[in-house]
Amino acid sequence: MSDSVNGFAQGGADLELVGVTKQFPGFTAVDNVSFTVPAGSFFALLGPSGCGKTTTLRLISGLEEPTSGKILVGGKDVSNTKAHQRPINTVFQSYALFPHMTVLENVAFGLKQRGVKDAIQLAHEALALVELDHLADRKPMQLSGGQQQRVALARAVVNRPALLLLDEPLGALDLKLRRQMQIELKSIQSEVGLTFLHVTHDQEEAMTMADTVAVMNKGKIEQMGPPAELYELPATRFVATFLGQSNLFDGVVSGTSGKVVRVAVGKLTLEVPTSRSKVTSGEITVGVRPEKIEISRSAPAASATRSVVGPGTVIDTSFTGVSTQYVVDVPGLNKLTVFEQNDGDIVAAGSKVWLSWATEYSFGLPMDTDQFVESDTTTRSLAVAKR
Amino acid sequence: MSLTAFSHGPSGVSAEPAAQKKSRIVWFLLLPGLVYLVLFFITPLISLVITALKEAPPGAFIGEYVTALRWENYSEVLSLYGEHSIRSFVYAAAATLIALAIGYPLAYFIGVRLRPYPLWQSLALVLVIAPFFISFLLRTVAWKQLLADEGFIVGTMKAWSILPPDTHITGTAVSVIFGLAYNFIPFMTLPLYSSIERLDLRLLEASNDLYAGAFTSFRKITLPLTMPGIISGTLLTFIPAAGDYVNASANFLGSTSTTMIGNVIESNFLVLQNYPHAASMSLILMSAILVLVSAYVFKSGTDDLL
Amino acid sequence: MKLGKYLLPLYGILALIYLMVPIVYTIAFSFNDSNRTNIIWNGFTLNNWLNVCDAQGVCEAFGNSIVIAIASTVFATVLGTAISIALVRYKFKGRAATTLLLFMPMATPEVVLGAGLAAQFLNAGVPKGMLTVILAHIMFSISFVVVTVRARVAGIDPRLEEAGRDLYAKPSQVWWKITFPLLMPGIVSAALLAFALSFDDFIITNFNRGPVNTLPSFIYTAAARGIPAEANVLASAVFILAILAVVITQVGGEINRRRLKASA
Repeated sequence: MSDSVNGFAQGGADLELVGVTKQFPGFTAVDNVSFTVPAGSFFALLGPSGCGKTTTLRLISGLEEPTSGKILVGGKDVSNTKAHQRPINTVFQSYALFPHMTVLENVAFGLKQRGVKDAIQLAHEALALVELDHLADRKPMQLSGGQQQRVALARAVVNRPALLLLDEPLGALDLKLRRQMQIELKSIQSEVGLTFLHVTHDQEEAMTMADTVAVMNKGKIEQMGPPAELYELPATRFVATFLGQSNLFDGVVSGTSGKVVRVAVGKLTLEVPTSRSKVTSGEITVGVRPEKIEISRSAPAASATRSVVGPGTVIDTSFTGVSTQYVVDVPGLNKLTVFEQNDGDIVAAGSKVWLSWATEYSFGLPMDTDQFVESDTTTRSLAVAKR
Repeated sequence: MSLTAFSHGPSGVSAEPAAQKKSRIVWFLLLPGLVYLVLFFITPLISLVITALKEAPPGAFIGEYVTALRWENYSEVLSLYGEHSIRSFVYAAAATLIALAIGYPLAYFIGVRLRPYPLWQSLALVLVIAPFFISFLLRTVAWKQLLADEGFIVGTMKAWSILPPDTHITGTAVSVIFGLAYNFIPFMTLPLYSSIERLDLRLLEASNDLYAGAFTSFRKITLPLTMPGIISGTLLTFIPAAGDYVNASANFLGSTSTTMIGNVIESNFLVLQNYPHAASMSLILMSAILVLVSAYVFKSGTDDLL
Repeated sequence: MKLGKYLLPLYGILALIYLMVPIVYTIAFSFNDSNRTNIIWNGFTLNNWLNVCDAQGVCEAFGNSIVIAIASTVFATVLGTAISIALVRYKFKGRAATTLLLFMPMATPEVVLGAGLAAQFLNAGVPKGMLTVILAHIMFSISFVVVTVRARVAGIDPRLEEAGRDLYAKPSQVWWKITFPLLMPGIVSAALLAFALSFDDFIITNFNRGPVNTLPSFIYTAAARGIPAEANVLASAVFILAILAVVITQVGGEINRRRLKASA
């Protein structure tokens, strides 16, 4: 047994990626990615399909070799070891349960490979943890999708790896089961105290489960931080549109006054707090989240702390239950999306309205035209497109 | 049991094929088999080429030949056996068409109509491959006896005046073609089945929805989608049928007037010991089939044969 | 259109019956109380089954067929499986040539394969016999093994092997514990196919057998003077065994799938 396989901790270990790059013939899948996942935390790697997140995961698990860069687990460089030598386990997207073995044999497989004595006993315990011990003698084919998912989880967790990688493990489940599994995964993570690295294209999943979310695009990490921080203050156009929706206006900085940056968008002037703006001169993109905008039938009173635009015309109203989504055409700003909480008052399409928001909610981004993403491209539509 | 030799991708392939590795191990895997095929497939063909040009030295015994460049062997067999060659291809083509006419509806019945009943479907498939498990010589003899003038089928039909009393079936072109078609129906049906089995019936519903009638739907949807099976099936029937010599032999369903190339090669090689004639005839048969097959495959646009 | 609904099933069932006719005939005539020739029905007897080796040479031919089929199946399956793995899993130069080399024996009429090998053995001065027949059968079986096993190799989800590596299995352990067991059904059906092809082959065998008889060559020779019912007995016995095996695997697999579905 090699040394690296012996490094099984009862808790998780830090994972550190230093300048990791993976090139395939003709394209760079992962481009100089660096990040640290502290021991015992739940880290999510979020991005659209083809952004390099799965390749990153495979580099960490040892199924691919990086072109350059280093991968450290618990401070130890594992870059040159093979998958079977790393104290890392993966829950595969398709679960990859061995069809010719029983559920128990699947779960005990890794333990037996490592020569652990009580493999069968431990496997039973892991199955009990996912509440499937009564199905230990079944073949994977005989289980439902949700059950297979749990077996895959048990098969990985039973090894007490320093790091557990989850490759869109909930992708194949229906919405209701997915939510339920999210909660279970989270509780198992806190129960066993392992380091989890979760790869997903579902922004809701990433935000509800992870302590830290890294948004990945075109092989690079665009932004990394706690979910709320990423949502409230996106750093790039991609993050602003991939993580939730944003109304974005391209303009030019027309002046600064200490606390705010003034931006000329066409004939209008919008303000952004200096502390929330990545740029303070030249071209800039101003953004505001749809739920931060208030819609009113008459012009609101002017205020130093609020931005007002209008009048505009409501061109579409969609009632979603909890809220109502409006699309408002404001001359000079194009179409804005607005979410209003359902307070019983729905503005009809065709109405003339004014829109306003607290200036402190707006944010400034570098104008990035080649990363233009349609502002209504939600992760859900990407997810649909992926299928 | 897989006879999808000539059809496209196998069914049940996972969505993501494994990445192909580069490694020297590949030669350990490939070489034994490939060397074997070179030794026992390629060099025999070269032996045929050499043998086809041999000549008998003056005063030689029967079956004694020396290496030479006697091209006349080719012209001799062509004039001697040209008729047999044409007959072989006509018989094989007719048998292929009959096998297709029987095999396609059969495969469609098993692959589509029996799809909701998997148990019946697998039973029907077992029946299709059942002939593989019993000697084809005995099956052919069985037909010979059933079709004999006083045999069960022809005898009965004569008794009921369905056939005129002086009808002979065995020993004629009809019985040889019948036998060839019968023997190769499983080879026709299996690749057809593997194509038809994968046919998504929703496509036919969509086609009906888009105003196509049953016949148009068949012609524009079913037929193109099952073309790989048709190509494999017809090739798997035509090639062995053209080279067969059991059905046409006088002890089975044929007579001296139904002699095919296979019979000519057999008698020249094993009876007359005229090896140069047998070899040149073999090469002519093989080239003719290769030309026909590649033209056919090229025309139907199949490139991935294996 | 009501009639059209029943036309196809009727046609299909008639076609299946047509396929069965000579099989039933062959089996029935294994019970015929015949003297020398087995053409006219003389009444039912079990004598042919009980004294199957009475007909001269038939049991020897049968034994030869079995030996040849087993030997050629083993070699063809090993060689063909190795090629299948190489074709699916590895990048190498000469892939097109390899595919063509594998395709050609299937696209060549048997009579040409047989004559070619016979000419080669003749030119090389190799005496014809069991060995030459086995060598010939391995040759034509390899391609069929490759076709069968290749589909199976391509059907294995690469994630399963990756999961094995992820779960601490060394490359050799991945092969023996995951890849090989998953390939097994494909290898078994390829071997059965090779066995069936070899056992029933006549044309190639006839060119290369010399004085050795196999069951098909015995029948072919006997056809001139009348095939003894004992040949029907042996062929029927093999048929019944093979059909049982196929029914158990095919239909049994289907029933098993149903049970799994019901319990899931």
